[in-house]
Amino acid sequence: MLYREAGDFKTSYAKDNQTFPIRFDRWGYFALLAVAFLVVPFVINDYWASAVLLPFLIYSIAALGLNILTGYCGQVSLGTGGFMAVGAYSCYKLMTAFPEVSIVIHVLLAGGITAGVGLLFGLPSLRIKGFYLAVATLAAQFFLVWLFNKVGWFYNYSASGQISSAPRSVLGFEVTGPTASAAAKYLICLSFVVVMAWLARNLTRGSYGRKWMAIRDMDIAAEIIGVNPLAAKLSAFAVSSFFVGVSGALFFSVYLGAVEVGEVFGIQKSFLVLFMIIIGGLGSILGSFAGAAFIVLLPVFLKNVLVGSFGWATDLAAHLEIMTLGGLIMMFLILEPHGLAQYWRTTKEKLRLWPFPH
Amino acid sequence: MKFKILAAAAAAMMAAGPALADLTVPALNYRTGPYAPSGIPYADGFSDYMTLLNERDGGVGGEKINVVECETGYNTEKGVECYEQTKGQGALLYIPQSTGITYQLIPKASADQIPIWSVAYGRTSAVNGEVFEWVFNMPVTYWDGASVAVKYAMEQEGGSLDGKKIALVYHNSAYGKEPIRTLEALAEKHNFELTLLPVDHPGQEQKSQWLQIRREKPDYVFMWGWGVMNSVAIQEAANIRYPMDHFIGVWWSGSEADVVPAGEGADGYKALTFHGVGTDFPALQEIKSQVIDAGKNAGDGSKFGEVGYNRGVFTAAVVAEAIKTAQEATGNAEITAADMRDALENLEISDARFEELGLGGFAPAIQTSCAVHSSPRLAAVQQWNAADKTWTVLTDYMEPDFEVVDPLIEEDSMAYAQEAGIEPRTCE
Repeated sequence: MLYREAGDFKTSYAKDNQTFPIRFDRWGYFALLAVAFLVVPFVINDYWASAVLLPFLIYSIAALGLNILTGYCGQVSLGTGGFMAVGAYSCYKLMTAFPEVSIVIHVLLAGGITAGVGLLFGLPSLRIKGFYLAVATLAAQFFLVWLFNKVGWFYNYSASGQISSAPRSVLGFEVTGPTASAAAKYLICLSFVVVMAWLARNLTRGSYGRKWMAIRDMDIAAEIIGVNPLAAKLSAFAVSSFFVGVSGALFFSVYLGAVEVGEVFGIQKSFLVLFMIIIGGLGSILGSFAGAAFIVLLPVFLKNVLVGSFGWATDLAAHLEIMTLGGLIMMFLILEPHGLAQYWRTTKEKLRLWPFPH
Repeated sequence: MKFKILAAAAAAMMAAGPALADLTVPALNYRTGPYAPSGIPYADGFSDYMTLLNERDGGVGGEKINVVECETGYNTEKGVECYEQTKGQGALLYIPQSTGITYQLIPKASADQIPIWSVAYGRTSAVNGEVFEWVFNMPVTYWDGASVAVKYAMEQEGGSLDGKKIALVYHNSAYGKEPIRTLEALAEKHNFELTLLPVDHPGQEQKSQWLQIRREKPDYVFMWGWGVMNSVAIQEAANIRYPMDHFIGVWWSGSEADVVPAGEGADGYKALTFHGVGTDFPALQEIKSQVIDAGKNAGDGSKFGEVGYNRGVFTAAVVAEAIKTAQEATGNAEITAADMRDALENLEISDARFEELGLGGFAPAIQTSCAVHSSPRLAAVQQWNAADKTWTVLTDYMEPDFEVVDPLIEEDSMAYAQEAGIEPRTCE
C-alpha cells in the first residue's frame, strides 16, 4: 500500500527511461532534495557539518568516482588516496596562484587535472587486469604521496609541508577557511554532490556506461561487438579520477582546511573508499551513497553511543568501533555480497507488492 | 532510520554536555593506533593530576575540573570531530597532542576564540604572540630543541662541529619536518653536514634509513619520532651498533616505551627533555597515594612515573595554574576561554610556585607575555640506563641559539600573518 502504482502510465520513452520511474520514488527524491537544500542549512551546526555531513558528502563523491571505475568498468584501483591528493594539491596550487578566480572553478579544474593524471596511470590497464592492475594503481598511490612530500613546489615550500586553504567565497558566502559557516560549507558540498551524482547517473546509463559495463562483463566479447577497449577503459579512468579529484579538492579546501599528504591521503584512504563501494554495492549510484554513509556514520554513531551515552572509556570504545565495523563488513559480505544497494532493491520489490505478496 | 537514532544520540549528548561542565578541559588523547605507546602515558598523567586536584582541593578555586577525553588516534579527521564535539561544552582550551591537529586547529580555534596550547610541539612560530593571539607553545619549541641538540653535540665534540656529519631521522609529517629549517641554518653556521632521512607514517619500516646511516657513519643522529617509530629506530640503531650516546632524540622520542623494547641495546640513548624524571616529587607521591592507590586513575596505573606520564602531569599542572591565574584576574571561579587566553599570556610560575605545587625542581620557571607565547624555552639532555631502567638528566637546562632561532620565528610568523591576512597586534 506504500507504493500506489495504479494509473502511473508511461506514455513516452523519455518517461519510461527516467531515473525514478515510480512516482512515489520520484516524490521521495524531490522531498529529500528539498529537505537537504531548504531545511538542513538552517538547523546545521559546526559539529554536524564537520563530523557527519561534510565527510559523508565528500566521501560520496569519491565513492561515486571509484564505483565508475571499479563497479561499472571492472578496473580495480587502489590509487584513490593518491588521486584525491592530486585533487587537493592542484586545488591548493590553483587557489594560491589565482586567488581572484572562484573556488568552484578551482575545484573543477583540480578534478580535470586529476583526470589527466588518472588517464596516465590508467594506461597500464590496457595490458594488465585484475589484481595486477590493482598493484599498478597501488604504485600510483605511493608515487603520488611521495611526490607531494618530496617536491616543495607543491606545498609552496612551507616549513611543515602542510597545505592550508585560505578563505574564499561563493556568491558572497565564505565557503573555505576558519570563519566559513557550517551551512555554507554544507551547501557547497551538497551542490557538488547533486551535480556529480546526476552526471554519474547519466553517464552510466548512456552509451559510455554501456561500454564500461561491456568491458567489465567480458572484455573480449565487448571488443568483438565493437567497443574500443582503449577508449572505454581510459574514459573510465578519466571520469573516475575527475570525481575523485573533485572530492579530494573539497576534502582539503572545505572540509579539513589544512592537509598533510602522508596522513590524510595515505593508502588507508584508498582502502576506505574501496570498502565503501564494496559495502554499498558495486555498480550502483545509490550504493556509493549507502557505503559512504555506512563508513562515515557508523564510527561516529558508535562513539556517541558508547562514550556519550554509556560513558565507556574512549580507548575501549575506539577498539570496539574497529571490531564492530570489521564484523559488520564481514556480515554484509556473507549475507549480501551485492551490498547495501541490493538490500534496498529487495526491500523495494517487497514494498511494491506489500501487503499482497503475490 | 540510522540517521534518526544518530540524531537522537547526538542530541542527547549535546544536551548532556554542558550540565557537567565546571571547568571543561577537553583532552584529545590517543590510546589506540600506532601512536598509542606515546599517547597513553601522557593521557594517564594528565587525567590523574586533574583527579588529584579534584579529590584533594575540590578542583581549582572551588570549581571542579572536568576532563573530557576524546579519542583521536592521532588522526586529523578524528581530531576535527573531537574539536567540534567538545567546543560547545564550554571548552577552556585545547591541547591537541599532535602537530597535525594543531595546524588544523590554529585557524579554527582562533576564529572560535578558544586558546590552543601545543605543549612543546605544533607550529614553532606561534611563539610570536603578536601574530598568534590564541596559540601558545610553551615551554619550548622544536627549533629550540634542534638548536639545543646541536649545542650539546658541539659541547661533546669540544666546541666545534666543523666538518662533522649529523643525520636527522624524522617522521615524514608536519611534526618531523619542523626542525629541518633550523638545522639547515645551524649547519651553515657551524659548518656541519646535514643528512635528512624521512620515515613514513607509521614508522615501522626503517631498514633503508638505517642502512644509509650504517654506510655514511654520521657523527650524530638526531631523531624526531613518535609512537612506534621511536622504538623501531632505537632497535635498528642497536642492530647496526650505532654508538647510542651519539643518538639524540627530541623530547617526544625519549620515554620508556621507546627504549624498553630494545633492551640492553638501548643503553646510553639520549633524548631532550623539558621536565624532571622519576617519581621523587611530592605531587607525584600524592597522585600515587590519593589517586592510583585509591583506584581513581585514568589508565591501569602502570605508566606512573614514566616520562610521558610526567609530561601529562606537567601539562595538567600548568593548565591548573593558568586557570587559577584567570580566576584571580577576573575574580570569578567560573572562567571563559577568553579569560583563559589572557591568563596563559600572563602566566608566571616561579621556581617557588613549583615548589608549592609539590613539583620543586620539576621544570624551569615559566613567564609568558603578550609578545612571547613560549617560555622558558630551555631543554636538558637525559640518558637511558638500560640496566636500572631509569632516565638520568645529564645536563642543566640549556638555552638554544636565540640568534639563529628568533629571526626564523619572526620570518615564519610574518609569512603566516601575510598568508592568513592577519594584522599583527602590538604588544606594549
